[in-house]
Amino acid sequence: MLRDMISLRLVLLVALGLTLVSCGNPVDPKAEVTTLHRGLSIDPESVDPHKSRSVQAAEVLRDIGEGLLSYSASGELVGGVAKEWTVAEDGLTYTFLLRDDARWSNGDPVTAEDFAFSFRRLVDPDTAAFYAEMLGSIVNVRTIIAGEKAPQDLGVVAVDERTLVITLDQPTPYLLSLLTSPSTFPVHPDSIAQHGDAFTRPGNLLSNGAYKLDAWEPGSVLVLSRNEYYWNNDETAIDAVNHHVLTQEMTELNRYRAGEIHITGSVPPDSIQQIRAERPAELHIAPYLGVYYYGFNLTKPPFKDNPQLRAALSMAVDRDVLVEQITGRGEAPAYSWVPPGVNNYEPRRLAYADMSQDERNAHARRLIKEAGYGPDNPLQIELRYNTSDTQQRMALAIQSMWKDALGIETTIINEEFQVLLANTQAREITQVFRSSWIGDYNDAHTFLSIMESDNPANQPAYASEEFDSLMQRAAQQVDLDRRRLWLEEAERVLLADHPGIPLYFYVSKHLVSPDVVGWGDNVLDYHYSQHLSLVPAGATP
Amino acid sequence: MVHAAPGGPFDAERTLPPEIEANIARAYHLDEPLPAQFVRYLSGVLKGDLGPSYRYRDHTVSDLIANAFPLSLKLGGMAMLLALFIGIAAGSFAALRRNSAIDRLTMVVSMTGISVPVFVIAPLMVLLFAVKLRWLPAGWSGNEGVARFVLPVISLALPQIAYIAKLTRASMIDVLSSNFVRTARGQGLGAYAVIRYHALKPAMLPILSYMGPAIAAILTGSVVVEEVFGIPGLGQFFVRGALNRDYTLVLGIVIFYATLIVLLNLVVDILYGVIDPRIRQR
Repeated sequence: MLRDMISLRLVLLVALGLTLVSCGNPVDPKAEVTTLHRGLSIDPESVDPHKSRSVQAAEVLRDIGEGLLSYSASGELVGGVAKEWTVAEDGLTYTFLLRDDARWSNGDPVTAEDFAFSFRRLVDPDTAAFYAEMLGSIVNVRTIIAGEKAPQDLGVVAVDERTLVITLDQPTPYLLSLLTSPSTFPVHPDSIAQHGDAFTRPGNLLSNGAYKLDAWEPGSVLVLSRNEYYWNNDETAIDAVNHHVLTQEMTELNRYRAGEIHITGSVPPDSIQQIRAERPAELHIAPYLGVYYYGFNLTKPPFKDNPQLRAALSMAVDRDVLVEQITGRGEAPAYSWVPPGVNNYEPRRLAYADMSQDERNAHARRLIKEAGYGPDNPLQIELRYNTSDTQQRMALAIQSMWKDALGIETTIINEEFQVLLANTQAREITQVFRSSWIGDYNDAHTFLSIMESDNPANQPAYASEEFDSLMQRAAQQVDLDRRRLWLEEAERVLLADHPGIPLYFYVSKHLVSPDVVGWGDNVLDYHYSQHLSLVPAGATP
Repeated sequence: MVHAAPGGPFDAERTLPPEIEANIARAYHLDEPLPAQFVRYLSGVLKGDLGPSYRYRDHTVSDLIANAFPLSLKLGGMAMLLALFIGIAAGSFAALRRNSAIDRLTMVVSMTGISVPVFVIAPLMVLLFAVKLRWLPAGWSGNEGVARFVLPVISLALPQIAYIAKLTRASMIDVLSSNFVRTARGQGLGAYAVIRYHALKPAMLPILSYMGPAIAAILTGSVVVEEVFGIPGLGQFFVRGALNRDYTLVLGIVIFYATLIVLLNLVVDILYGVIDPRIRQR
């Protein structure tokens, strides 16, 4: 009886399956259309510019939307929807003049009021935007987020249809580069009024970038096609862009090898040697604005009030070994918090950056002894990292470096990523933890501000009055060269205090098909599809 | 129970300012006490609304399941059919030629099929058929038609083919040596006819009882296959949902599967009554 039931159930399942198979999608080959296929390592959480936060969402949004400013193909900051802009002498008032020919994908003009509406929506508590604080220096942003003032009080005003004025509380020299960020892209007010939350659905979504969203199959692909109304449509070569969601790096690599993908979102670490040998010209590795570090929990012993111990642990890590043997994708060893290549900035370096590793180890041993640890009082610590092959090898290597150089017993503990984050933020059981920071804009401020005592992203709970006041001085400085000096001084203080151990700087990694023309490596790793083109009649799909 | 896993759906290295966290929590009613959240969720479920996904802010859980399930079903159904067809054929064949070279070969192949996991087989097949030979597509999205089903279905079916072949062989050997088959052969029937009309049916009983575990195995196997080929099926969303702490998505899929199984059982029971009048009278 039971057997029969099971078999019947099977028959039902199969019958249903066959019915579904028989109504597959019709094939529609458009031979004339050039389509670019790009890999994306995760689904965007949203195509609403105000509700998204991942790098991957931003990549898609940069294709379908456009802010006041943008980047050119060669990485220069250029006008986007804004044609020109002026900054008042005190650095607190920015006036933007919008292009006459900026249009939404339904032909409506993109107005200054659209931007004012969108900025208000970004900071409105009801929107619940992840990046609401991104424009924190605009007048009233923080009080609006906290619900103390209405979004209407925001310091962004549409003076007329083409003129937008932004007023700030304090000078923010990186404001212009912030305005290239998808969080500051406009949304179409009428379509939100009409569709509510469903305004981001393909078909409903109106966008003002070079492309528009035709379809989104979660977990699979986002299909974009040319926005005929885009002001620079004549210069846009590629007709359609498919962003393929490929969570497995190996899957992505295989699809690239099979000619199904033009540009990969990443490259698997284990395959890098093979790729270097097979197709060196297609492998693009470039410095990227990101730092990988081990943080210390500064609220609990042994690291609380113990800068010597922290410095010793940092010194004993041979970063060259890490980048050569473990990451192996061309990463640069980190001796500063701010990566090289940041606009108008020269990163400070750790005092022992130029020593040999033996000298560093000798120095570290002295510090450990001064901190009161030795054969009679051996130090035992815990190191937490998120479960992944590379993270584990990194932790093992550092565990043995600390053991060999300093005699420290390290217990390494792997935790699922969300668990690690929760533990790091609770600051109860963590001692040393793996972390990283990716720059939001091309300015040293994005790397240094996370260590300000009131910044929620300050995972070690570093609190230095000296550092905070230097950052504050930099924030009030309009003169770019003086500001830079304050920031550099702040980094020097930060490095000496060792709230964490900067280990290496990230690189961006892509495979780019020889059929793609116009690809340029840059520190922000921004690659707008509208700047690319495909060589005609290639072997690729 | 889902909430017991540490970490929340909106945690990231970029820790959010407390005001923004509060705003997000409010938007998803996560600021309410758990019992209130539970009641809200249950009343939604009764209306067929499984709530918003925490990870996919543009999609509801019901949307995601509605998109993903047909795909998983197609994949699983095709794999099951393939497994049954090839498995039974290969098993019967091996049983007829017992201890011959072909029999041994079949069993070696099926042992390999059982012992080599899907996540090894699938990438190897991609490498061979998609990258080297370029006969078939390497992935899902952007490809059309039946071709993109071939590799995933084969990867999914392979271990089942192996099991079914082994089961069929063993039970067929059993049946072939039984008295009624000997009688049939004695009456002058050929080997094919004996199998087709006499031996196949009784030999299928173990296969039928294996169907339950097989469906379960295909369900779990589909998680791996969907990952490897980038197929947006239910398995992938389930795993990703658990990792991202997308509570509503995970709960929604569990509820969906549970409902599906209960419904299928009900349908089977009713059908059973339709087919067999004795059941109705009981």
